[in-house]
Amino acid sequence: MPRLMVLLLLVGLCWPFASRADDPLAELASGNFNTVRQGVEDLALSGNAHAAAIISALQNSQLYYMPDGTLLLKADDDSFTNAITGEAFTDSDDEAKAVRVNNSVRSAIDAALGSLRLFDKDPAVRVDAAEAVFNAHDPTAIPALDRALAQEADASVKRRMEQARAAAVISDPDAAEKDRLAAVAELRARGDQASRSLLSSLAGQTGPVADAAAAAVVSIDWVLQLWSVGESVFYGVSLGSVLLLAAAGLAITFGVMGVINMAHGEMVMIGAYTTFVVQQFMHAHLPAVYEFSLLIAVPLAFLVSGGVGVVVERSLIRWLYGRPLETLLATWGLSLVLQQVVRSLFGANNQQVDTPGWMSGAIQLGGLTLTLNRLYIILFAFLVVGALMAALRYTPLGLRMRAVTQNRRMAAAMGIRTPWIDALTFGLGSGVAGIAGVALSQIDNVSPNLGQGYIIDSFMVVVFGGVGNLWGTVVGALTLGIVNKFLEPIAGAVLGKIVVLVLLILFVQRNPRGMFPLKGRAVEA
Amino acid sequence: MKLDLTGWITITLVLGVALVLALLNQMTAPGSALHVPTYVVALAGKYLCFAMLALAVDLVWGFAGILSLGHAAFFALGGYAMGMYLMRQIGTRGVYGNPTLPDFMVFLGWDHLPWYWYGFSWFGFAMLMAILVPALLAGVFGWLAFRSRVTGVYLSIITQALTYALLLAFFRNDMGFGGNNGLTDFKDILGFNVQADATRSALLVISALLLCGQFLLARFVVDSRFGKILIAVRDTESRTRFLGYRPESYKLVVWVLSAMMAGIGGALYVPQVGIINPSEFAPGNSIEAVIWVAVGGRGTLVGAILGAVLVNFGKTWFTGALPEIWLYALGAMFIFVTLFLPRGVMGLFRARTRKEPEPESPAAAAAQEVTG
Repeated sequence: MPRLMVLLLLVGLCWPFASRADDPLAELASGNFNTVRQGVEDLALSGNAHAAAIISALQNSQLYYMPDGTLLLKADDDSFTNAITGEAFTDSDDEAKAVRVNNSVRSAIDAALGSLRLFDKDPAVRVDAAEAVFNAHDPTAIPALDRALAQEADASVKRRMEQARAAAVISDPDAAEKDRLAAVAELRARGDQASRSLLSSLAGQTGPVADAAAAAVVSIDWVLQLWSVGESVFYGVSLGSVLLLAAAGLAITFGVMGVINMAHGEMVMIGAYTTFVVQQFMHAHLPAVYEFSLLIAVPLAFLVSGGVGVVVERSLIRWLYGRPLETLLATWGLSLVLQQVVRSLFGANNQQVDTPGWMSGAIQLGGLTLTLNRLYIILFAFLVVGALMAALRYTPLGLRMRAVTQNRRMAAAMGIRTPWIDALTFGLGSGVAGIAGVALSQIDNVSPNLGQGYIIDSFMVVVFGGVGNLWGTVVGALTLGIVNKFLEPIAGAVLGKIVVLVLLILFVQRNPRGMFPLKGRAVEA
Repeated sequence: MKLDLTGWITITLVLGVALVLALLNQMTAPGSALHVPTYVVALAGKYLCFAMLALAVDLVWGFAGILSLGHAAFFALGGYAMGMYLMRQIGTRGVYGNPTLPDFMVFLGWDHLPWYWYGFSWFGFAMLMAILVPALLAGVFGWLAFRSRVTGVYLSIITQALTYALLLAFFRNDMGFGGNNGLTDFKDILGFNVQADATRSALLVISALLLCGQFLLARFVVDSRFGKILIAVRDTESRTRFLGYRPESYKLVVWVLSAMMAGIGGALYVPQVGIINPSEFAPGNSIEAVIWVAVGGRGTLVGAILGAVLVNFGKTWFTGALPEIWLYALGAMFIFVTLFLPRGVMGLFRARTRKEPEPESPAAAAAQEVTG
């Protein structure tokens, strides 16, 4: 009799389901694997508020039942609570038995938890659940999806659920042809790799559904191809913008002044270390505006690297004008010294430079995932080059620089102090390299060797684009970046780079003055 | 060909020191005060190989005005040819005991020798390749570059790109040259144990002989009519062309010759050092070779040998005694020599004896005035 009483009590507690002939909770307490499996499936579809907790307890072997059918949850400290009421329960007679599971129950649990998450309060969880159903494309999930779709309010979540439903329908050979055709259309509209493999799994079949699926596969392939081209272009532009940043300063020192500055990479490295120091300082003293440390690092890096550049020009380079090969050797020596200075000051290890919150993350654009830091670097590269061009064109300093480049003696005769212009031009180029260092600190290791990785590429870009021509540098950097990224899938990353280098060597042989050579008497330098 | 006094002194010194070191290593007991340890012998052999590289650089830079920032590539290619021969000599003594495949190929799961490894079990063929491969690369590269009149800095930068591309290529395991680890763990050379003292001493003497041979060859080339035209090309290339010479042919010949010399140096370097790996292609190595020449004195040949030995001796000493200081010292040396010693150490000796012509061309200075 007490058993019947408790059962009645239980029925009273979960009244909404009591009317069902096969009570899922009773099924769970049955001790029979098949019935338990049935119970899990029924519970998942029931809409019971405790369903998720009970099924996950079962998954973790923490679901127990009393001989009277009461379900208990066992906590980590071995205490029991009633699964429905949440009251503490003392198992004084040691009667509670674990609900045992076998593989078939386990797979039912996984499916049930998946479909239960379709009803979660958090839309992100619901999207995840819909994606999980999509990937499993199990036709048994259709009823749960239908109920979830009926009560779903969020349009984007609803769309994911419809796609998941289409995936399930297409995998169900017994579904109506009309539904399956609609499902093909839905998957075709989704158009990603997963949809394609689902649709192509129908390839062996015949009939209108298979035909529609075959057509959809062709269309998806085309779209995917386009996206992959788009992706290569994006990565190519991203690499190109990095090259552009690294080479922009060199376009001034080498391109405009003709100084072979092998220490250019070290100016970039100094900029990166400036970023590191700024971040350390702000972390310690100004944590409130830490997010904007990069914005402060940009002008500081310009000043630090630019200052080093001016000092180097005054003390070293000015003695070597007109002797390009000697300049090359001396600046190479300088680069060794600068590296060793930084190594002595900061150690040889990589330094941690943080990416601020507003620069991390990604945006989804159709089939493309664009990481924000790459996007910002692309933007930044073009800003820097734009500013550099404007500075050369519209500022008095830029005017003097161009005058000195074009005709040093005449410029001097007009009262321009050419030595100072030389120093400032070199400082400008070095400063821009420092700014590049701020950006590169976001995507590369900040170590004393940072600059060495960029020096050869930078020279390639400048030579390829045509010396003395900023536009050439822009086009050269972007071309090299994109060509590199398109070669990578064909040839592999390293071989792709080798091919680019060999192509460049051959290109320089044919066009020793780059893509956009300067014309006139200045060429015969 | 007549050899001047410094030339005789150089040859005598190189051969004499090498012989004395080798003999002292062989003839005296390890405990005696006169004994030269084997590592010193190997070190001296290494310096002499570097001297060959420096000589090769000086020949093109000092006499044809071609500043190569990729000469270590030819050196390393010669080294790889020798390394391949030494790998094939290991036979079944490798870790995996495979009679035909070197260990790294077994490790990569290859089942047969790549075609370009054929023939390297013969010493003669391997040595031929140590000379021909650099020569071929230099020939193709130089033919393309000089024909289209790529000169000066542009040439320097593409030679750097060349060695950088080779560096990346040799790092790849698929290339079949041992990837990152390179070729090492050598056993025999021509049947003699590479680790043995006697072999080391013999290699040192052979290096000295070959260095002297190369020096004489280089001296002969630069003193010949051909050499005079080379110097003309160096100083004013366009004027030489207008006089009816073809500068590109002269440059190509000396460029290929120089690559062969570097290849020989590399081939001798590998058995004495015991390893060849892709880092030998690093652009920094080539630039260091240039600084050896600059320190010794560009365009003097003797200076190249002197510079290579001096700088590398300094490097050995510094990296042992004061490792942090070495890069400062090397960097400072680059700066100091270019600013204050444009003719290197040899310039110090020669300044008193006779007046040298200006090494820099007047045309370059004039062009500098036009362009700023």
